[in-house]
Amino acid sequence: MNRQISLLQSIVLGFLGLACFLGFWQGMSMSGLVSNIFLPSPLEVYERFTTLIERRFAGATLPGHLAASFMRFAYGFLLAALIGIPLGLLMGWYQLLDEIVSPLFDALRFVAPIAWVPFAALWFGTGIGGPIMIIFAGAFPPCVINAYRGAKFVDPRLIEAANMLGTPSRRVIMEVLLPSSIPSIISGLRVSAGLGWQSLVGAELIVASAGVGYMMVQGQANIQTHTVMAGMVAIGLVGLALDSALRGVERVIQKRRGLEQ
Amino acid sequence: MGVIQFKDVGKIFGPRDKGFVALKDIDLEIRDKEFMAIVGPSGCGKTTCLRMVAGFEDATDGTVSVDGTPIKRPGPDRAVVFQQFALFPWKSVYDNIDLGLRNLNVSSSERKKRIEAILNLMNLTQYAKHFPHQLSGGMQQRVAIARAYVLDPDVLLMDEPFGALDAQTRVVMQEELVRLARKNPRTVLFITHAVEEAVYLADRVAIMTRAPGQIKEVLDVASVRNAENWDSHEKIEDVMDLESFVHLRTHIWRSLREEKAAQHA
Repeated sequence: MNRQISLLQSIVLGFLGLACFLGFWQGMSMSGLVSNIFLPSPLEVYERFTTLIERRFAGATLPGHLAASFMRFAYGFLLAALIGIPLGLLMGWYQLLDEIVSPLFDALRFVAPIAWVPFAALWFGTGIGGPIMIIFAGAFPPCVINAYRGAKFVDPRLIEAANMLGTPSRRVIMEVLLPSSIPSIISGLRVSAGLGWQSLVGAELIVASAGVGYMMVQGQANIQTHTVMAGMVAIGLVGLALDSALRGVERVIQKRRGLEQ
Repeated sequence: MGVIQFKDVGKIFGPRDKGFVALKDIDLEIRDKEFMAIVGPSGCGKTTCLRMVAGFEDATDGTVSVDGTPIKRPGPDRAVVFQQFALFPWKSVYDNIDLGLRNLNVSSSERKKRIEAILNLMNLTQYAKHFPHQLSGGMQQRVAIARAYVLDPDVLLMDEPFGALDAQTRVVMQEELVRLARKNPRTVLFITHAVEEAVYLADRVAIMTRAPGQIKEVLDVASVRNAENWDSHEKIEDVMDLESFVHLRTHIWRSLREEKAAQHA
């Protein structure tokens, strides 16, 4: 059976899942089976979270750390999109470029962003450059892959239509390839934002000033596991917000094209 | 001008020695401002003929030319109307029609004038700001025809343009195309497998053999149409009831059936 689930039901079910999870977690901490350092209770984490919003820890409040992280993320993500999307489109359009770049790209994309940490620090320093490169390494592949797929799977008739209308070959990229790939590119950006944001903690392991990752490293050094957990919650919440924002953009574009469900 | 000429044209898909021979020795001339329909059994290569004029495919042998110039690439002098419309889904009706004119560097005031005229002619004025997905199939094909006609092309290439439409819409579109083609004559190459459509629309009908496709016979419909005064009948069904129409239709049917039978033999 395939019953439709209403919006209200899906919200209720989502909260039910969350409540079960938190309940189990709180139960585990209260049972005394595990020590608080090992597993801080949800309430402790919540309290720590609210405290961190107002009080400085490791040089900044939680919003301060988040802002620093988000700036780095934004630079890395934008750089990935600005280079990755045109590269992917061109690879999908020019066979020669595809043949040259694809093998290299396919091998490199399996190197986890975190593996770049030593070289990122060496090449771009631990200031703004290094972390941006690591976020870039995480965010770049989905941008390329989805733009490439979008360009490869353009309806060939639309290219023929553009050609017969006298569109010069280079302008076909802007007139047909790019707009036709937008849905694929946007879902690529969603994945890319997720991976870039995930790479953040790794990136901030080598940052010595501010950032959620940095805050968590300091928490770990001071054996404040609830601070580490609060950082994890903050990362999760921002990631969720980021994803819903991009999902919104995706929906608007699909609606304009008549692709909505 | 717009004279299309096929001279000893052959087309082989794949390697010359073991590829699929789609067309063989096609010799056909479509005169200026003539409406030529090509009918043939499915897979006979009739669409390939059109695609070679459009510049989407090369001829393996012989030459395809327009006004004596061999075709090298697609261009707005040979506008195409596709079976599946091929409108740009991210562009409004207006912008779909505009692209070709922009490519020709037509001034913006002139573009506006021409687009408004063609929208009016095709009864699309109120849909100018709509996106293709908001329109029915028949409306979308009107936009595609407008997009081709607005370029004022020498040659109009129509590849089973009404094949994807339902029967009623199809009849309306056929009547409109006749109206448009009489008012605004162009050299038209029209591919179809619907015999009645071909007889109703075309000045001449070329019948193709099964693959490898050759021209089997070319029928002069225009002389019959003029002699029997088909155009005095407004409705398509009235024309289709005329004895002279039925006679031509039956003749083409028999010819195609022979090909079909041979295909399966």
